Amino acid sequence: MSGFRAKFPSGSVALSAYRDQHFKGSRTEQEKALLTSSTLYVGNLSYYTTEEQIHELFGKCGDIKRIVMGLDKVKKTPCGFCFVEYYTREEGEYAMRYVNGTRLDDRIIRTDWDHGFKEGRQYGRGKSGGQVRDEYRTDYDEGRGGYGKIIATKITQSRDPM
Amino acid sequence: MSRRRRDSSDEEDVGHSARKRRRGSENIDIEERLESLITRVGEKSTSSLESNLEGLASVLEADLANYKTKIMRILCSCVVKLPEKMAVYTTLVGLLNAKNYNCGGEFVEMLIRNLKESLKTGEYDNAKLIVRFLADCVNCHVIVAGSLLSMFDNFIEVTLEDNIPQVRSDWYVYAVMSALPWVAKELHEKKEAEFNKLLSTIDNYISKRQKIHVPALRVWTSDFPHPQEEYLDCLWAQIKNLRANKWSEKQIVRPYLAFDGVLCEALQHTLPQIIPPSHNEETTYPLPRVVFRMFDYTDVPEGPVLPGSHSIERYLIEEQIDRILRTNFAERKDCAAALLSFPSKNKIPLNYMIVEVMFSQLFLLPVPPYLEIFYGSLLIELCKLQPGSMPQVLAQATEMLYERIDTMNVTCIERFSNWFAYHLSNFQFRWSWDDWSTCCQMDPELPKPKFVKEVLLKAMRLSYHQRMVETVPESFEALIPEKPHSEFKYEKEGAGSMPGTMVAHQLISAIKSKCTPEEAMVLLKDLPNPLSEEESDPTYHVLGIDEGDPTYHPLRIDVFVSVLLHLGNKSFSHSFAAIAKFHHILKLLADTEEGQIWLLRTMFEVWSSHQQMMVVLVDKLLKTQIVEPSAVANWLFSSEMQPEFTKFYVWEIMHATIRKMSKQVDKLQQDVEDAKDKLDAAKRKQADGLMDDEDEEIPTDDIIERMEERLEAAQNQQKRLFLIIFQRFIMILTDHLAKCEGNSIDYNTPWYKWVIERLQQIFLLHHELVFRYISTLESLLFTSDIDFHILEIFQQFCALRS
Repeated sequence: MSGFRAKFPSGSVALSAYRDQHFKGSRTEQEKALLTSSTLYVGNLSYYTTEEQIHELFGKCGDIKRIVMGLDKVKKTPCGFCFVEYYTREEGEYAMRYVNGTRLDDRIIRTDWDHGFKEGRQYGRGKSGGQVRDEYRTDYDEGRGGYGKIIATKITQSRDPM
Repeated sequence: MSRRRRDSSDEEDVGHSARKRRRGSENIDIEERLESLITRVGEKSTSSLESNLEGLASVLEADLANYKTKIMRILCSCVVKLPEKMAVYTTLVGLLNAKNYNCGGEFVEMLIRNLKESLKTGEYDNAKLIVRFLADCVNCHVIVAGSLLSMFDNFIEVTLEDNIPQVRSDWYVYAVMSALPWVAKELHEKKEAEFNKLLSTIDNYISKRQKIHVPALRVWTSDFPHPQEEYLDCLWAQIKNLRANKWSEKQIVRPYLAFDGVLCEALQHTLPQIIPPSHNEETTYPLPRVVFRMFDYTDVPEGPVLPGSHSIERYLIEEQIDRILRTNFAERKDCAAALLSFPSKNKIPLNYMIVEVMFSQLFLLPVPPYLEIFYGSLLIELCKLQPGSMPQVLAQATEMLYERIDTMNVTCIERFSNWFAYHLSNFQFRWSWDDWSTCCQMDPELPKPKFVKEVLLKAMRLSYHQRMVETVPESFEALIPEKPHSEFKYEKEGAGSMPGTMVAHQLISAIKSKCTPEEAMVLLKDLPNPLSEEESDPTYHVLGIDEGDPTYHPLRIDVFVSVLLHLGNKSFSHSFAAIAKFHHILKLLADTEEGQIWLLRTMFEVWSSHQQMMVVLVDKLLKTQIVEPSAVANWLFSSEMQPEFTKFYVWEIMHATIRKMSKQVDKLQQDVEDAKDKLDAAKRKQADGLMDDEDEEIPTDDIIERMEERLEAAQNQQKRLFLIIFQRFIMILTDHLAKCEGNSIDYNTPWYKWVIERLQQIFLLHHELVFRYISTLESLLFTSDIDFHILEIFQQFCALRS
């Protein structure tokens, strides 16, 4: 590491390449929100991971303002992601540095900056109601409903040919 | 630049770029290149370090004409920002000085200015690094040995000052001692007599220091198997061994030796006189430390030998590892990589030393330098990178810590249990539990079973109850936590005869049908207040209300809170939503301290099996100001909570409450300062005739006065909180000691250990705050008639700063 000037957040606290397509505003505005946010998106959770478990782990990085569980739009049950909001960005940085890439409920979870929770963002955006990634997934993941939705449909169809 | 300086889209980079563009991009490229070259030297390279240094020295010499100040500044930054490469930079400075005497002189002058500034502003870590750098500069023929010795003499003279806290003279002696491994040989060769005199003065000081503070900072009360030494004692013993070894050591890297021919031709500089800034009331100094030792050479089964506890190598390697942690704490992967590429890693049992230094930081009293989770996640990273060796060392360390847990300080036991549960949660809770099964037959208040129980409680929070049942052997049944669930008395057998049952069920229906808070209140109004009745349930007279109108309605609180918490029992969010919706009623019901305590009592009745829920609920109740911190403290010390008193979650709540109070005071303080700044700025603008129509609201003097009143009220509340806590501790401990003496039993029961150490913990964890109240505490509470066992805790705390 060379140079001492403060830079665009880098390393563990860097912004990922993901940008929310549903964001109401310009890319610049989204980036600005991401750079100042104290809310994290947490992904790759098991469907069975509870708010309590998330609170215990993320509480080690700071004072949690709130946790919003990601829900299947149809079933209204947890679908493997959540938002963790701290009071300060610094606490969010600690989570990015020390929780991202470690395990919760035996699964390696991923944290990323989020531009801020708004009503409606707690729902999965996949066609079946869960997350998009669970539509297209081809592996079998016991903690996330088994096979991805599309594959799962094909499997049931091939078992019961009409 | 915009007149409205609040435009927050101006990032530092943008402003910086604007300035850059004005200076001319060509110059900037060179400056950036210089910075890059200088900060990169010494990193992995295809060429040797010597040739890289030679090359860089030549390049810099050529650029001195135009960029001297910039180069000096970069080098000075490297002293404090890249201390792990100190020898690289001292050698570089040596080479530059050999080429250009004035350059060397200016660099030394700049560095001395920085040293003086660091001492003034209390940046002791930087100051120590600069002192060490200057010392190594003697080895590079940049500074005259005698003048360094004079600086050391000036530092040591601080020990002769009157009426100073010991921590002040400690630091100056420490700064000298920690530089000696680098330069002692030179000083001995060039100025033997004067150097010996310095050493003799240090020796005298070390032997005369008071060590009352030591018990407060020890991780273990026992010195078996490894003595827990005070840090200056330990370092002095190491230096004396170094002296006995003719000042030769094998650890320090000295690249300047390769350039001896060139460097010995150079002219050396004399340091200006450096007088330590005088002490004043506001100055604070680093706290003393106790050296954490858990390993000796017998613990390392094979491979390189672990350097002895009094060998200077042990100190130097630990310093280096400590330095790597401090430099890389923000990036755990970089940190792990840097640790595992330790320069002399093949000559030392690296994993053991890393683990020992990391635990020394994790268990550091009063507080670890970094978040506890940093150490946890870094150890996981190290296990990932060294799967064949690190997990085994960690397992051995865990076993050792468990074996010695009986004399471990409760704060450290707590951190150990937090870490262990967290670590296991990343490895499917796999552990050789059977090896610990004897603890299941012990008195559960003893440290070993308590530790295991608390680990399981914490592990359960990160997973779930059934997982714990499946993880541990059956023999551990007694230590497995209760399955968390809510207790709702109004649905149980016998509820029919309780006074509140009917209203409770009415409330449930009403709330489920989405009634308003007002409608709920109506239902409660009919409940009688047992406190105001003559013949009434004696339970409610527990708090001893004598006459007059009762200050709270325990039955209403009981019914409402039980119902609310039971309805919200599905998750934290459900409970929070319930509290938010009926916030107004809760505030009304709990508008006195007695009411608040009753509310907390009711919460405990519902959730005693779910410690985590209670922790977050109390947090929410404090945040929404339904209960006050003093009510929480009084509740935790109440007789109903005595059976819970030694459980760790009680102290989680206690410390969180104290911290919340502090946060509130800090925020109000900040608000007052911000408001005053705004007012001052506005006044100045007005005087200059620059008032802007668009300017934001300027606080009036009235508003500021009210803010200051709020701040003062909060500060009083904070002081009261500490007084309550300390007073209750004194009462409860005095009671115990008196009872034991009266019955001729040993006072040192398991309960006593937990409680006396919790008192100590209050002092330590909040030492900065508590220091402000020290005279009040001394005159009001910790007076000479207090039992000595309690008083000495207070005295040890005072000794931390004196």
